[in-house]
Amino acid sequence: MPSEPTLGGLLHSQGVSRRAFLKFCSTTASLMALPAGIAPAMAEALASARRPSVIWLSFQECTGCTEALTRSHAPTIENLLFNFVSLDYHHTLQAAAGDAAERALEEAMHANKGKYLVLVDGSIPLMEYCSTVAGHSNKESLEHVCADAAAVINIGTCSAYGGIPMAKPNPTNAVATGDIIKDKPIVNVPGCPPMPLAITGVIAQYLTMGKLPELDHLGRPVAFFGENIHDRCYRRPFYDRGEFAETFDDEGARKGWCLYKLGCKAPIAYNACAHVKWNNGVSFPIQSGHGCIGCSEPRFWDMGGVYDSVAKGNFGDGAKLGAAAIAGAAAGASAAYLARRKKTEIAEGAHGDE
Amino acid sequence: MSARVVVDPITRIEGHLRIEAQMNGGKIDQAYSSGTSVRGLETIVQGRDPREVWAFVQRICGVCTLVHGIAGVRAVEDALDYKIPPNAELIRNLMIGAQYVHDHVMHFYHLHALDWVDLLGALDADPKKASELAQSIGTYAKTSPGYFADVQKRLKGFVEGGQLGIFANGYWGHPAYKLPPEANLMAVAHYLDALAWQRDVAELHAVFGGKNPHPNLCVGGMPCAISLDSGKQAGTALDVVGLERVRNIIEKMQDFVHQVYVPDTIAIAGFYKDWFQQGEGVGNFMTYGDFPAKGYGDPDSYMVPAGVILNRDLSHIEPVDLDAEAEIQEFVAHAWYDYKAGKDAGLHPYQGETTFAYTGPEPPYKQLDVENQYSWLKTPRWKGKPMEVGPLARMLMLYTTGNEKAKTLVDSTLQQLDLPVEALYSTMGRTAARTLETALIVDELQGWYDNLVANIRAGDVKTFNEALWNPETWPKKAQGVGRMEAPRGALGHWIVIENGKTANYQAVVPSTWNAGPRDAQDQEGPYEAALAGHALHDAQQPIEILRTVHSFDPCIACAVHVTDPEGEEVLDVKVR
Repeated sequence: MPSEPTLGGLLHSQGVSRRAFLKFCSTTASLMALPAGIAPAMAEALASARRPSVIWLSFQECTGCTEALTRSHAPTIENLLFNFVSLDYHHTLQAAAGDAAERALEEAMHANKGKYLVLVDGSIPLMEYCSTVAGHSNKESLEHVCADAAAVINIGTCSAYGGIPMAKPNPTNAVATGDIIKDKPIVNVPGCPPMPLAITGVIAQYLTMGKLPELDHLGRPVAFFGENIHDRCYRRPFYDRGEFAETFDDEGARKGWCLYKLGCKAPIAYNACAHVKWNNGVSFPIQSGHGCIGCSEPRFWDMGGVYDSVAKGNFGDGAKLGAAAIAGAAAGASAAYLARRKKTEIAEGAHGDE
Repeated sequence: MSARVVVDPITRIEGHLRIEAQMNGGKIDQAYSSGTSVRGLETIVQGRDPREVWAFVQRICGVCTLVHGIAGVRAVEDALDYKIPPNAELIRNLMIGAQYVHDHVMHFYHLHALDWVDLLGALDADPKKASELAQSIGTYAKTSPGYFADVQKRLKGFVEGGQLGIFANGYWGHPAYKLPPEANLMAVAHYLDALAWQRDVAELHAVFGGKNPHPNLCVGGMPCAISLDSGKQAGTALDVVGLERVRNIIEKMQDFVHQVYVPDTIAIAGFYKDWFQQGEGVGNFMTYGDFPAKGYGDPDSYMVPAGVILNRDLSHIEPVDLDAEAEIQEFVAHAWYDYKAGKDAGLHPYQGETTFAYTGPEPPYKQLDVENQYSWLKTPRWKGKPMEVGPLARMLMLYTTGNEKAKTLVDSTLQQLDLPVEALYSTMGRTAARTLETALIVDELQGWYDNLVANIRAGDVKTFNEALWNPETWPKKAQGVGRMEAPRGALGHWIVIENGKTANYQAVVPSTWNAGPRDAQDQEGPYEAALAGHALHDAQQPIEILRTVHSFDPCIACAVHVTDPEGEEVLDVKVR
């Protein structure tokens, strides 16, 4: 029998040049805030590997997270699927159905015992009959598949923090992956859906560095969730000058003034939307005129109205931010300070809640 | 005893669907369609600000990511008689149209194609002959022998690597696959191209909605202010650059649909003519209508008209009234819910109620109790009758109401395939209707875009009507319905507003119509009726079931919903 084909060999056989491959590695490195010189080492590490097995479990979800994955530009979905990972179980994309699909799952688990990554989208109902696949409850499937996993990556706010099924009154008693799985490393890639780059970036980092990324106190990779959207927003200067859109198409809205008064949650949201942007950099919610809804934060559906300013919701320091905004104060520095403080408090709130 | 064939999970769909087929010899005697996951989104929106409900209900589905948001804002606007500016209507039409094009192409290549295309069969193709085939059917730029040789080489490398990933355990080599190797190779190449294409054309939603999936909307218009004089540093994404991007994307959509998707569908369908003779469904079709030319409040101006076709009778269209209590009703006789008026009652969505009442087997289970309740989907009926909704219903409606473009498209396609009109009532007819509809819609995009640009040139940059934004201006009580034609079919969201809050909310969605369980009279739903009678070549590899179920393009997270107007949490769980 021939020895196991390597990723490098595979890429070569598929016409991916070393130069193109290095370019991918250096893009990834810069996204992950790694030193540029690391790209050749990453390329080396990737090229010698068998494609790692990835098992994607879908529970109480809307498939928006999978759709987000397919919008990824770096790496593209085609590259990811065919060159970098072996996506061995994924309901939306896989060819096999029914028993054949379940067999693919068991085969992948067996062949890659202890080494495969589990990606999860959707929350898990503790009322177990509320969601089943192949006759098994989501909780049973999660526990079964995670038992021999190397790590778990939660794709989206539902698997990371409970998301919309957990929004009040939480009709199915939905919980996050981390409420059930306690003995595996877990990375949260929240968002509704997450930014495509955050999904593929975390996977790429794991493949290249062989370890999971640095996480914040909410289990999110610092590389993608370390910065506050308000701090990185191109409309921030208008906030600092006290220039606010009052409706969706007044003069301020057309001139790109700050959306704070229309309920923008950027001051309490940590994500890469403002600087990486969506859909190949075309826009992000604020740039298309609607406030951020804070979708990368735990319990964001219940923190306050979509169109209420952060001053009105359950946002802790939001009130102080709001006062600064309404006064039109040049409050840049202090707002940033408050926003940073806010981050810790949301975490405490999230953990203290329920 | 005859065997039960169970397919769970049905993959290459949205959500969690299970099909149980009771066999009689080699044929399906009775099929049962079950949605196996519930979240309860309609309960979650109770008591919330109606202006933000769209954002919650948009999360019903991330595939048809726009449509529940649109139905959500329209429901509130209908309740309040809240008019939106013409530019907002045009932008919504553009976004809905773009959703059709994106969804339908991805459905064909990434969710449905592998039912007809043998991936491994492509390895036997002669790239030169594949090139000749591609050149004979379309005008796509990528048709050279080198292109196909390259795709084949990549596929070979992938297969020889021994890790098939998403293609593992497909029914490759199944005798039901009929395409010649070259057609398989062409389809595999276009599967890959469509993956890249869809990523680019999704950018249209990002211009108007800030991102895709889950673009932003607002009650009263659109949140994307038009920014004409801004430089790159401020303003909005909807500036001259954004408009030009939209124009480019429309062109890109037109090229792919006309040059690749339509010819591929016809080419593949030509090898599967027997699938134009089975998989019909219930023979009743319904549309709610969409794409207003003169505003949502003027249904006569809709590009797709509303109506009902009964028993294939194209000579007569019944009107459909979404507010009439006796017309649209949901039943729970075979669903895991209770009604106060009993299991056999039907409720109009304004009065809709849902109380979880799970009576199924305790998981893990092998088989559902199909004699009793077996799904988290309710059973919607129009005047007591099951209805198929979706592209086939729309194309029939357009065809029979005299839409010239639709008529030409349908007639010329049937002629090309040498098939009668009756061939549309089938699995492949449904798939072909989806393609033809895309060809129709993609050409409408240009007109909506031109009208938007003309308005802006004339100085009209209004995208939002502020008049009723403040809930203090609303009546104490109001109710309304947000209707639309989602890619998968007729979609309605019903809202009751009281004192500025959401008092009741009910969504009846396309896949509930198509995938719902039997009703109290034991009438099958469209999936169930379409599957009955299918012969399975190999019960271990039931590719025939996948073909017909996929022809409906299931969207099951959409289809399952639950509402409880009193806010009670009555959970009567009887585990059998």
